[in-house]
This record gives sequence, structure tokens and C-alpha cells, in this order.
Amino acid sequence: MSDYRVHGATGEWEVVIGLEVHAQVTSQSKLFSGAATAFGAEPNSQVSLVDAAMPGMLPVPNRECIRQAVRTGMALNAQINPWSRFDRKNYFYADLPQGYQISQLYFPIVGEGEIDVVLDEKSPETSTKTIGIERIHVEQDAGKLMHDQHPTMSYVDLNRSGVALMEIVSRPDMRSPAEAGAYLTKLRQILRYVGSCDGNMDQGSMRADVNVSVRKPGDEFGTRTETKNVNSVRFVMAVVEAEARRQVDVIEDGGRIVQETRLYDPDRNETRSMRSKEDAHDYRYFPDPDLLPLELDQAFLDECEASLPELPDAKRARYEGALGLSAYNARVLTSDVETARWFERLVTATAANAGKGEAEVAKQASNWLTSELFGALNKLGTDLASSPVTPDNGAELLGLVASGTISGSAAKLVLEKMLASGDRAAAIVEREGLTQTSDTGAIEAAVDAVLAANADKVQQYKDGKEALFGFFVGQTMKAMQGKGNPGLVNEVIKAKLG
Amino acid sequence: MSVDTATVAKIAALARIKVSEAELAAMVPELNGILAWVEQLGEVDVSGVEPMTAVIENHLRLRADVIDPDPLTGGGKRDAVLANAPAAMDGFYGVPKVIE
Amino acid sequence: MTSLTDLGVAAIRDGVAAGTFTAVEVAEAFNANVAAASALNAFIVTTPELALGAAKATDTRRAKGEALGLMGGVPIGMKDLFATKGVQTTAASHMLEGFVPEYESTVSQKLWDAGAGMLGKLNLDQFAMGSSNETSYFGNVISPWRRGDGGNAALAPGGSSGGSSTAVSARLAPAATGTDTGGSIRQPAAFTGISGIKPTYGRCSRWGIVAFASSLDQAGSMARDVRDCAIMLEAMAGFDPKDATSLDLAVPQWEAGLSGDLTGKKVGVPTEYRMDGMDPDVAASWDQGIAWLRDAGAEIVEISLPHTKYALPAYYIIAPAEASSNLARYDGVRYGLRELPDGAGLQDMYAATRAAGFGAEVKRRIMIGTYVLSAGFYDAYYTQAQKVRTLISRDFAQAFALCDVILAPTAPTAAFGLGEKSDDPLAMYLNDVFAVPASLAGLPAMSVPAGLNREGLPLGLQIIGRPFDEQGVLNAGLAIEQRAGFAARPEKWW
Repeated sequence: MSDYRVHGATGEWEVVIGLEVHAQVTSQSKLFSGAATAFGAEPNSQVSLVDAAMPGMLPVPNRECIRQAVRTGMALNAQINPWSRFDRKNYFYADLPQGYQISQLYFPIVGEGEIDVVLDEKSPETSTKTIGIERIHVEQDAGKLMHDQHPTMSYVDLNRSGVALMEIVSRPDMRSPAEAGAYLTKLRQILRYVGSCDGNMDQGSMRADVNVSVRKPGDEFGTRTETKNVNSVRFVMAVVEAEARRQVDVIEDGGRIVQETRLYDPDRNETRSMRSKEDAHDYRYFPDPDLLPLELDQAFLDECEASLPELPDAKRARYEGALGLSAYNARVLTSDVETARWFERLVTATAANAGKGEAEVAKQASNWLTSELFGALNKLGTDLASSPVTPDNGAELLGLVASGTISGSAAKLVLEKMLASGDRAAAIVEREGLTQTSDTGAIEAAVDAVLAANADKVQQYKDGKEALFGFFVGQTMKAMQGKGNPGLVNEVIKAKLG
Repeated sequence: MSVDTATVAKIAALARIKVSEAELAAMVPELNGILAWVEQLGEVDVSGVEPMTAVIENHLRLRADVIDPDPLTGGGKRDAVLANAPAAMDGFYGVPKVIE
Repeated sequence: MTSLTDLGVAAIRDGVAAGTFTAVEVAEAFNANVAAASALNAFIVTTPELALGAAKATDTRRAKGEALGLMGGVPIGMKDLFATKGVQTTAASHMLEGFVPEYESTVSQKLWDAGAGMLGKLNLDQFAMGSSNETSYFGNVISPWRRGDGGNAALAPGGSSGGSSTAVSARLAPAATGTDTGGSIRQPAAFTGISGIKPTYGRCSRWGIVAFASSLDQAGSMARDVRDCAIMLEAMAGFDPKDATSLDLAVPQWEAGLSGDLTGKKVGVPTEYRMDGMDPDVAASWDQGIAWLRDAGAEIVEISLPHTKYALPAYYIIAPAEASSNLARYDGVRYGLRELPDGAGLQDMYAATRAAGFGAEVKRRIMIGTYVLSAGFYDAYYTQAQKVRTLISRDFAQAFALCDVILAPTAPTAAFGLGEKSDDPLAMYLNDVFAVPASLAGLPAMSVPAGLNREGLPLGLQIIGRPFDEQGVLNAGLAIEQRAGFAARPEKWW
């Protein structure tokens, strides 16, 4: 489907991409110990005797981590394996206290699944691609090494050591940087919906190993390289582009691609070999004898299934269908789980205030949220997560408009003041005297003044320049500080102009 | 299957055990003796037999997701985890500088 | 009056409870014996103050009329494989020399909670790898036994729990903890004329025990008679949520359930254990054991354990494989020895540290384990061995359809001399030929003294039981004990 090609001296090359995403499982405590997982704690303050691999320490698995991996698998329509097993991956490194990582090689907890990604939002019907998931397994994170605290020593912090990760392995189904970016974005979105990973890539909660190879279209897969620990969607796309280009150049210069691990340098926008670190790696995987096979019973699986939330695709379809939202609004409001949650609370509260069904108020609410609130927050340089306006406050504001208490233009003013003060809409309207007036006398007086002051324009209007009607409405509203009932204002002007 | 000096050197490197040439030379016949002996396992017909996973019938228990439920398996004990470190520095474990 | 140090666990506990003597008197007596026995090298560190402290606590509790616990007033030796808070724990290695844990193993904690006190940390084969206690970094343990030929040849106390067997046999402790991975409780017990039981895998928590081979390691008790073993095991066993392989079962009252009457029981005698060229004294002792159990009311049945021959080779793949991984944590970063040659990088530091910190036998097993797990060999060695292990376990299950317990020798010979086998790893490994099958199957098994061989050295008989049936094992052991009347003890020469 993708026509992304790398242009080389010998012709066009196709790029083949697979991603191994490491996602930190959202849990209070570590995968095999009771130590906390919170980000940013003092070094080695969240390390148990188990995490430090003291002699005689033993792992006991955390139910929540297992549950989150299963729920994630279910959200990706994947096969859940009721029988899985932990294996040890043996290697020596200073961030790996046990000398092995407890992982799952032979029998992962989740098998094959898939993700649909839309590559062009303008024509989703023709640009949806299914990316295969090969497997998801659960494993321990390693600790952290710091190199700049001491001239001759590196420092080891084991706070992350033993935190649960899900490794989500895709099929080599992607063919362009855009596809890789769309896949990672969609995966992150789903994980956040499920609540199994917070998706904070800047804190390292999600990072991707990017497998890239190139081939002439139609040929067999080429030799791939693996660029480790890429920590943003943008970088993943950059890695694909840079690495594909490099590989094409190497091959066309008569060289050969070596299967190896590489590192991305964002400053230079290039990947470089990490060959030095993987001298003769042979991980000697074998079943962890400290742990029995992991057997999941039906009740556990049923609970996982029942606890799954509405997922992005379903939610988006419902917004467009049942709630009647525009395709654009539905996409924007479902792009992140927190936005969707905010929106749904807004709709619920708005409907409740008005004594109407949600479907009746959803469209108005979505328009207000996507244009008014997003616009205002954007101007303030902030976002929904830190918005001083809560969904309940927003609903109150929408209610004031719907009931005719304030006009639409007054509502903009009220929103500004809500954002600035954090006060509720009704209190601001009350304080500022913004209640809309339907006093015909007052409106007529205002209209008369406007028409009198703009006699030339009145003449032009009468000569046929009907577009000026809006001008008179605007001037009247302005004169009334937005408080005039727009319907009445219109009526009165129409009558006066005959 | 028997091992030669190069293989034994490779295993020692994998196991991160520094061995001298003399030790290496002594290890080769020793390991070959043991390996030749364990190879009698190849005689056993294991068709249809599953490798053992749990020696005594038991199920893997999962623990509740609670922070520091037991001081013996919880965190918040930096002094204890660093107490025996050959080089505890500024609250970290110190190791020779790693060039990444 | 009998010396206090001739008393066992039950006699001390009951005597302290009755006020016949105080716990402090007992602790002082054993502390004195320990201090006078440095020639045996049974202890790596002694902790007389801890033994006294626990004894004082027991005496105080008694004065207040409080319950004294299963092991109230009994001082014991602790194999130096159990982490003891504030007391050096080495696994008899240079690697862990000076390592002082900030935690207490579950089993040792249970013993202290039951009123026991610690005389010291007992020597063992390094990381529990050995059958003669000759691999300890802290030197050989010398068996208190000598051959009846008047010679002074130093004999092996067995291994890996050689410090434990020597201490109990030489009356340095009424009882000691042991751990058994492939016979490390039973074989030393047999070599020194004492009793020792390894319970069903999972009965005793492994938390805080320096790991050798996780799927095999199991703690147990070593004492001079079956009752004492039962009492101590009761105090050690029990579910531990910190060990994922721990059995979530109530601990039976083994002491209360003791009975040497085997009426209605069937005792299996495995054909395959009667090997060509068997030591005639060992064969005779086995026959005698069969007769004793028949006398105790049991019916004797021939059984077959067809894969016996393959147990030892399977063990010498599985145990080293697990060990190679379990011992990877000894890297000089967080505790223990660090060797940092000038200009060494991280990986050089690992290699130098592990070269200096591990002894030859430990290195050998790490090397074998690393090899059998390495790319291309995993299935041929490790997977094959685990399949054979399934077959060995199946053999036992089929046998237990025909009998209640199995009787066999504990070891193929009596104690051998120090140095006699240490140059030949395979000859040493073969010493565990009768002990290893039960370990591979996770079964409860014990050794009890059956008599002396023609050289005047103790021989042990082994009873193997069904999973969870420690009671059946102890009862058969008791039936032998009652009939063997084993009263021999090493003459004090140290």
C-alpha cells in the first residue's frame, strides 16, 4: 500500500520495519518485589533486597502486572495464553543485578494480535492498514547507569530495576516512516485507554527498538538492524528514514548490512553501531526455576475482559454515529483517553443540566470544546489536562447559552474570565451583569442609535447591499455589551429597516 | 560432543570467569570427561515426554500490587541495600566507568 | 549425670521446660564444646553470645510462665548458606567473605521464633557444591570419625552439609540445619552416624538461603535421632509468601505423629539400586534394614525405578545450569568481593572478581552450566535432562502405587578419606548416586544410622516417601532406629 521509496543509484528501495515496544506497566509496585515504581525518586530509594539481587532473594509475581498485560492483549485482539512461563535471559551488565533478566521467551503470555492504523485521515476507507502483533511478553526493566557524576566511575541506580515492562513485538509489516509513526501513536493511544501504560515517552515509560531493513520491491527481506531505545514517535520516524538511507548507501557502495544493534543520535540525526556492547552475546535462556508456570484461570480472564474500557476505534464510531459528531471532532476527541473522558463528562453534565439526552447536546458540546476551549487553552499555552475549567463548569456555561441566559458572544467573554479566575460561569455572569436581555424597549433604543449613527450604511443597505445586515447586528450587540437576545435583535433590525 | 580449548575459553568468557592458559588446559579434559558421561542421557527414549516444569504439584501464586507490604521485600531501605557494597558512593553503587 | 552436650533436642527442650537445667547451662556447655573443637573446622564463625542470648530469653520466658516454643532452649548450628542478619554469611566462599546480611532467612527466623539459639555458622562445601566438604574456602571440615584401624587418616564428613554433620556427630550441637540439593543432608548424615531429613520440595522456604539450584534446593534438619529431626523440621517448615515455590500447606505435627509400628505399610525395595560391584557392607546393611522394617510390621515389595541410572547425569546438567545463572549475581557490584585490576573496565572487573571469588569446583559447575545452556546445546542437554527428570519422577509415582515408602542405602560407601576423591570430579559425583533421584523428584527423604561397616565407620539407610508424606518417612526411620540401636559415637581426639 505504501509507495514510500528510498531512491538510490540503482533504483528504488522499499523499507521494511518492525517495532519492539517496551511499555512500562502501570502498577504501584514492581513485577517481582514490593518496592515502589514512582518516577523520579531519590537514587536507590525504591530498591528492595530482591531488586538488589541479594543472596537468597526470590521473585514473587505481581498480579496487577499480569492482569495489565492480559488486558492489553485483549485490547489488541490478541490470543491470550492461559499457560505461559518466565525464562531467564542471562547476561552481565551493571544495571542488571541478578545477572539475568526475568522475561518470557518460549511461552509468552500474549500471542498474535493486530492494530489498524489510518494513514490518511481524509480517506480512512482507503488508507487503513492492519499491522500484525507477533506477541507480548512481560519482563523486568533494568536499572540505570550514570556516567557524569564521577571522573572514573559510573554510578548505578536500581530504582527502575525490576519494574514491569510489556514488550510488544510487531510483525515486520510497516513500509514507511509514516506507518511506523502511525503504529506507535495508535499503540500508545490504546495502552492509555486500557490504562496499562501511561505512555510517557519522555520519562521512558515507552520506548521502541526499531528494526529496519531494505530491499528491492518484491525481493526477499534484507538483513535488518535494530536501533535501540528510541523514545519518541518523531525519532522513530527519523530512525527509519536515516537507517534506510544508510543501508541503501552501504549496499549500493558494494557493502553488506550486518545484523547488529545500533543507537540513534538525535543531534546528528544518524544511527551508529553498538557492536562493542554485544561481544558474543548468547543469552542462555532457560525457564526460571524460582517460578512455576503462570496459569490463568477463566475467572481471571473474564475479569480482565469485563474491565476493558471502550477502545478508541469503537468510541470514535460511536461519537460519529450515536452522538452525531463530525468526523473531525470524533477523531480529535478520541485521540487521547483523557480528552475523551473530559468530553464525556461534559456531555453528561450538559445533558443533565438541560434535562435532555446526551445525543441532543453532544454536538454543541463537541463544537464548544474543540473550537472554543481548545482555542482558548492554546492561546494560553496550556492544555486540557491543566485546564482551570472543569467539565462541570463547561457544562454550566453551555447551559447558560442553551437557556438563553447569555448570548453566544457573552459566552466567549465568560470563558475567558473562567480561565483567568477559575470561577464558575454563573458567578461570572452574575458579577459582570452579562445576563442576556429580551427587553424589546432597550433593544429598540439600541438599534435606533446604531441606525442613526450609520445613516450612510442604512442607505446602502436599502440600495441592495444586504450583507450589511450583519454589521447592524454586530454593532447593536456591541452597544449592548453582548447582552441583547440575538433573535430579538435580528427581528427588531429587520422591522426597522423595513 | 566434546569441547576444545577455544570453546572452553569462550564459555569462560560468557561466564565472566578469567582463566589462565594453564587453567584452560586443565579444564578441557575435565569438562570433556563430564560431558561424555552426561551424554548417556541421549540413550533415553523421551518421545512424548514433557520437560519437567514443577517438581511438586503447585501453582504459581500472584501477589497483590501493594507497595512495601513486608519490609523484607519492599523498598525504601537504601542504607540496607548499599550496606555491603564494595563502592557505595553518593547513594549509588560505583562501578568502573562504562563507556556507552 | 549425663553431660548436657550428650542430650538431643527433645531432651534439652523438655529438661529446660521442666527446670531440670537452664537453657543458659545448655548453651554454655555447647559453647564450650564448640570452642574446644576448632580442629574439626566445623564452624566458619562462632556466635556464643547469640546462643547465650537466646538461652537467657528462654529462661526468662520460663520464669514468667510463658510458652517456650518447639525449640525452646535448644542451641543449634546454622549452615552458612542461610542468611543471618548481622552475622557473616559466606556460603563458604571467598566471594562472600565479610558479607553481613541485612536480613534473616525465613527458616532461621522460624527457628529463632521457636526458641532456638545460634552457636555459629557451619562450614560447608562452597556454595553447597560438593560431597566431602573439601571445596570450602575456609578449609576442610574433618569428620570426628576415624577408621577402626588405628590410623589417623582424616575422613570426609560428607557434603555439602559437612559442618552440620560434624557438629552434631561430635556433640558440638544437638542439631543443625542442612540443605539438600542432591543429597547434601542425607549423605553427610550417613557418613557421620546421625539422622537427617530433606522434606518435600517447597516445605521449607528458600527465601534467604544462598541459592545453588533453585528447583532442587531444600532445607532440612540434622540431629542425632529421628524425633529430634521431626521437632526441628516442624519448626523450620511452613508456607512463605516470599517464595513462589513454597507449599501453601499446614505443617503437620510430625513429632506427635511418630510411630515405629509399620503394620499395614508396604516398603518398596528398588531393584535398580542393587548395583553391580556394590560395597558388601552397604548391601548387608540394606538387607538388615529390610529385615528390621519387616519386623516392624511392614510388607516388603520389590519395585522398579527404571531410570535410576540416568538420574545422576540429569542432575549434573540441571543443577549446574541453574547454578550458572543463580551465581551470576556475584559480580563485585553490590556486595561481596571486588577485584579491580588497574585500568580494568566493568567486564574485566567481573571476570577478575569471579576468578578470585569462586573455587575450582564452583567454576567447574558454572562452566558446565553455561555450556549446556549455550546456543545450539540447550535442547540436547537441558531439555533432554528435564525430560528424563519427568521420567524419573514418573518412576517414583508408579512405585508409590505399590508401596508407601522406599528403602535404599544412603550412599554407596562409608566415609572416604579427605583427598581420596578430590582429584576426580566424576568419582566424587558418583557418591550421590542413591541420593539424587529423590532430589530430582522433590520427594521427602531421610537418612538414619544403620550400623558400622567393617572399618568401624557409620552407614546410613535412606527412606524415600511420597510427596508431603514426611510422616511416613520419619516413622520408617524411627522403626529402623528402634531396631538398629545405634549407639556408636566418635571417640574424642580433637
